[in-house]
Amino acid sequence: MKREEIRVCILRVGGTNCDAETQRAFQELGVQAETLHVNELAKRRNLLDYQALVFPGGFSFGDYVRAGAILARWLSAKLDNEIRAFVDDNRPILGICNGFQVLVEYGLLPGFEGISEYPEATLAANIPQGYNCRWIYLKQENRGKCVFTSKVPAGSVLRIPVAHSEGRFLFPREKQQKLLAQLVENDLLVFRYCSKSGEYAEGKYPANPNGSFHDIAGICNREGTIFGLMPHPERAFYWWQQPDWTRQERMPQYGDGKLIFESIVDYLTKKF
Amino acid sequence: MNESLYIRRKTAFTLYEVALAKASDRQLLEISGEMGLCLNLEEMRAVRDYFAKEGRNPTDVELQAIAQTWSEHCYHKTFKGKIRIDNTIINSLFKTYIAKATKEINPRWCFSVFEDNAGIIRFDRGYGIAAKVETHNHPSAVEPFGGAATGVGGVIRDVLGVWADPIACTDVLGFGPLDYDYAKLPAGVKHPKYVYMGVTAGIGAYGNNMGIPTVNGAIYFDESYTGNVVVYCGCVGLLPLKKFRRNAQPGHVIVLAGGKTGRDGIHGVTFASAELTEKSEEVSRPAVQIADPIEEEKLKRAIIEIRDRELASAITDLGGGGLSSAVGETAKKFGCGAKVQLDKVPLKYPGLAPWEIYISESQERMLLTVPPENLEKALEVFEKEDVEATAIGALTAKQRLQLAYQGEQVADVDMEFLFKPPESMKTAVYATAKLEEPEFPEPANLTETLMTLLSAPNIASKESVVRTYDHEVKGNTALKPLQGENSGPNDAAVIKPLENSWKGAVISCGMNPNYGKIEAYWMAASAIDEAIRNNVAVGGRRIALLDNFTWGNPEKPERLGSLVRACQACYDYATAFRTPFISGKDSLYNESPLGPVTPTLLITALGIIPDIRLVVSMDLKKPGDLLYIVGQTFNELGGSEYYKLMGYLGKSVPKVRAAQAKRTFRAVTKAIDLGLVKACHDLSEGGLAVAAAEMAFAGGLGLRLDLRAVPNKQVSRSDFLLFSESNSRFLVEVDAKDKADFEALMRNKVYAQIGEVTEDARLIIQGLNGKIAVDASVAELQRSWKRTLSSEV
Repeated sequence: MKREEIRVCILRVGGTNCDAETQRAFQELGVQAETLHVNELAKRRNLLDYQALVFPGGFSFGDYVRAGAILARWLSAKLDNEIRAFVDDNRPILGICNGFQVLVEYGLLPGFEGISEYPEATLAANIPQGYNCRWIYLKQENRGKCVFTSKVPAGSVLRIPVAHSEGRFLFPREKQQKLLAQLVENDLLVFRYCSKSGEYAEGKYPANPNGSFHDIAGICNREGTIFGLMPHPERAFYWWQQPDWTRQERMPQYGDGKLIFESIVDYLTKKF
Repeated sequence: MNESLYIRRKTAFTLYEVALAKASDRQLLEISGEMGLCLNLEEMRAVRDYFAKEGRNPTDVELQAIAQTWSEHCYHKTFKGKIRIDNTIINSLFKTYIAKATKEINPRWCFSVFEDNAGIIRFDRGYGIAAKVETHNHPSAVEPFGGAATGVGGVIRDVLGVWADPIACTDVLGFGPLDYDYAKLPAGVKHPKYVYMGVTAGIGAYGNNMGIPTVNGAIYFDESYTGNVVVYCGCVGLLPLKKFRRNAQPGHVIVLAGGKTGRDGIHGVTFASAELTEKSEEVSRPAVQIADPIEEEKLKRAIIEIRDRELASAITDLGGGGLSSAVGETAKKFGCGAKVQLDKVPLKYPGLAPWEIYISESQERMLLTVPPENLEKALEVFEKEDVEATAIGALTAKQRLQLAYQGEQVADVDMEFLFKPPESMKTAVYATAKLEEPEFPEPANLTETLMTLLSAPNIASKESVVRTYDHEVKGNTALKPLQGENSGPNDAAVIKPLENSWKGAVISCGMNPNYGKIEAYWMAASAIDEAIRNNVAVGGRRIALLDNFTWGNPEKPERLGSLVRACQACYDYATAFRTPFISGKDSLYNESPLGPVTPTLLITALGIIPDIRLVVSMDLKKPGDLLYIVGQTFNELGGSEYYKLMGYLGKSVPKVRAAQAKRTFRAVTKAIDLGLVKACHDLSEGGLAVAAAEMAFAGGLGLRLDLRAVPNKQVSRSDFLLFSESNSRFLVEVDAKDKADFEALMRNKVYAQIGEVTEDARLIIQGLNGKIAVDASVAELQRSWKRTLSSEV
């Protein structure tokens, strides 16, 4: 499929607020990206007209229950068939920040045995507590399954900002070692928080900004076609969005976040 | 209670008439108090006389509507009224000083100023930038989280109220000392720490949830803010100017959109126009509204679509005074009257009396006027976004405000009367404080002094608060409030709002309440200078200003006198710098059992930068670069953080020498445009020493400076040179290879090279006697700076 034929659906609802910059990132790469209200999608029932689905950041439905929980239940009540068909066809689904929370609440991630009936992990309130907006470093851990990081060499370090108050990735305590082993074994681990030079944060603040278990910042499903991450790659797309650009003699044209969008587009052009 | 004067009309709902005609002067005042009208005797008499002419009693709805319209908060009686001072009469502070400055400067790039909820200036490619800063002091004192959150929500609606899409927030806050002694707190005053936690959380919650980056601000601590918290909430928006609509006509439908109406926020404006007392908590709690940022987020989406499709003819937000202000002011603006059916207003719960519906300040509501042929389309847009919108009435050619409820006429007032309160006449005096310049020996260890100053609450890092605000959402923040890895304090924020343009909007602020304790005039002049130089430091120019006044009770002549002085400075320095005011707001009556608020003028500066690639940050960049000071240092430490640390206020308040300052600003801008400036930082609280320390630890590099090189007027002590807060000064880092070019550009300006950037991360400053006055590791300096307000260190 040619780039300009690719259609990306960016799904929003009251409280979604990172849709415009996410749409801009895709458009910059020459694909069609449309922002659609869930009411509109529920009416049109045309999810399969799109090749990729994105849940952008924000506070869907105000996150008044648990971040992402209401939108996840709303979608599974109204659009479950379409979403399952989308997943079965290995069409990529990306969840950024609140979108990641939605994917976990829906049971799409980590999805050890496929789509789960209940959340298998959670994104709990940060430790230290409270909202935190800062640039952090991520180490690419995926061995090749994740289609969202094909352009990011394993072991490389990316710089991308986080901004959330509920991003602490957790498994049930009694199962965490077992599930972590599964995560690694099945190549579901994608990003871990690390230092500038690439040493794992080992839970230490602020390199690990929220206290996530095993410094986990982003994971994918078994097929590598569903990916969720707390950091915001759309805010690290252009060079001038970076926090230290005024220090550089010569800046690269783009920020590290662009690699994630490029990986998706690359996958789509090859798949369709 | 004057029960005999309240006559219950025989209606299925609660409606009273008030027999004003029969009331004595004493009773008029009692009625004003009993109904929470906050009208004075003269105003009550004017109301009585009007209804006597109409030949009937007013209803409670009418009295409440009049009280809202005439309140200080809505009508700005003090700024619009007459003031007698020194045998002269000032006919409106606003016209005489603020608006006059703008009129005289009259720049072509001002699109709409002082007309609507927010000022609009031209930006680029047919787009304009709208800006507004609000005060939300009173509500935040009673309920810190809700007060601050609704302050942000309200100012965002002000920007939506000129059809602009909000792109950034700025918030400037003033609190009492966080270590305030609990035993000293009078009843009804909340502890500064509680207020601080609540207010900062409220601001973060609203901006973050709505997805508007909070990019600029300041936090200031002053004893007087203990009883009178200061909360300034600002918002900047973007709009395509050709979509700006302001052409409502009789027959256009009045549409109320957004949240439902409840009892929250009843009498918010009359409450804001009175002093806070011990009872404020009890009496005024209902005056604080409840915030729902998600509702406003949806409302915003719908309004932007209605704007783009040109479906409406006018818009305004519902803020202070609720429907009363929105309907009344909209009708007034277009020379119309209005008919509204109050029973059409969607309610949170039943049981509200018509007057409550009309003045409730429930949040997240906007009022639009829509040509009848567009009504259906407009309502569809709201429905699509899950936003409730209802046609509640229409504009009329007849100049009357007519309100009905369940078929009963509950108000019918002449528009001209409604918008013509008796003119206020207040008396002001200039009081000069009896102050002295302190005398104390120069401290032996200035390194220690600098360390202590860096941890002074007004200088210390505010990172622990700033990081709880999302300053990156929308992905357009080109210069962030915190600079780089070491979170240095940038002087201004830069937003790049348009995809196909490199032009940036530069947002900064200035506020020096401590100077006002010496002289309000120089406080105002300094705030203007500081806001402008912060803007200039990162590359901003073509600057517009916003003025926000927080003052005490203007009925007290000396309080009003200092307000007059501040306004005079606003005029003098806005015209001198050719920086017009485009919007403003005042909050008076900030008095508590602990006394009046320290008069506090916030100046917000909104500049542009033609290309964000020119933007300069404040962190030192490279060892071997040269460090210059630009601007003159004077022996003026009155009101400085240094004097405060030594236990003094002093007398020698920093002045602003406009002609010299303008030359400095122009030269810095030119140097930035030519790419000669690697880093630039303004000198403010803590002076040269603090600015140098901040530049050093932000860049992780050292500095070696020599005070003997600093250009000054009769400053004979090292500590004074280090900590003087003289205005209009910058520290500038220049590459050694650009030395000749930079110095050529600076010829005839006051400037000097005072040292250079070092690899060794130490700040070493030679004193006037040639000996080392300051020697500290940059890491240590940073620790002192971060310690005070950080939960992390």
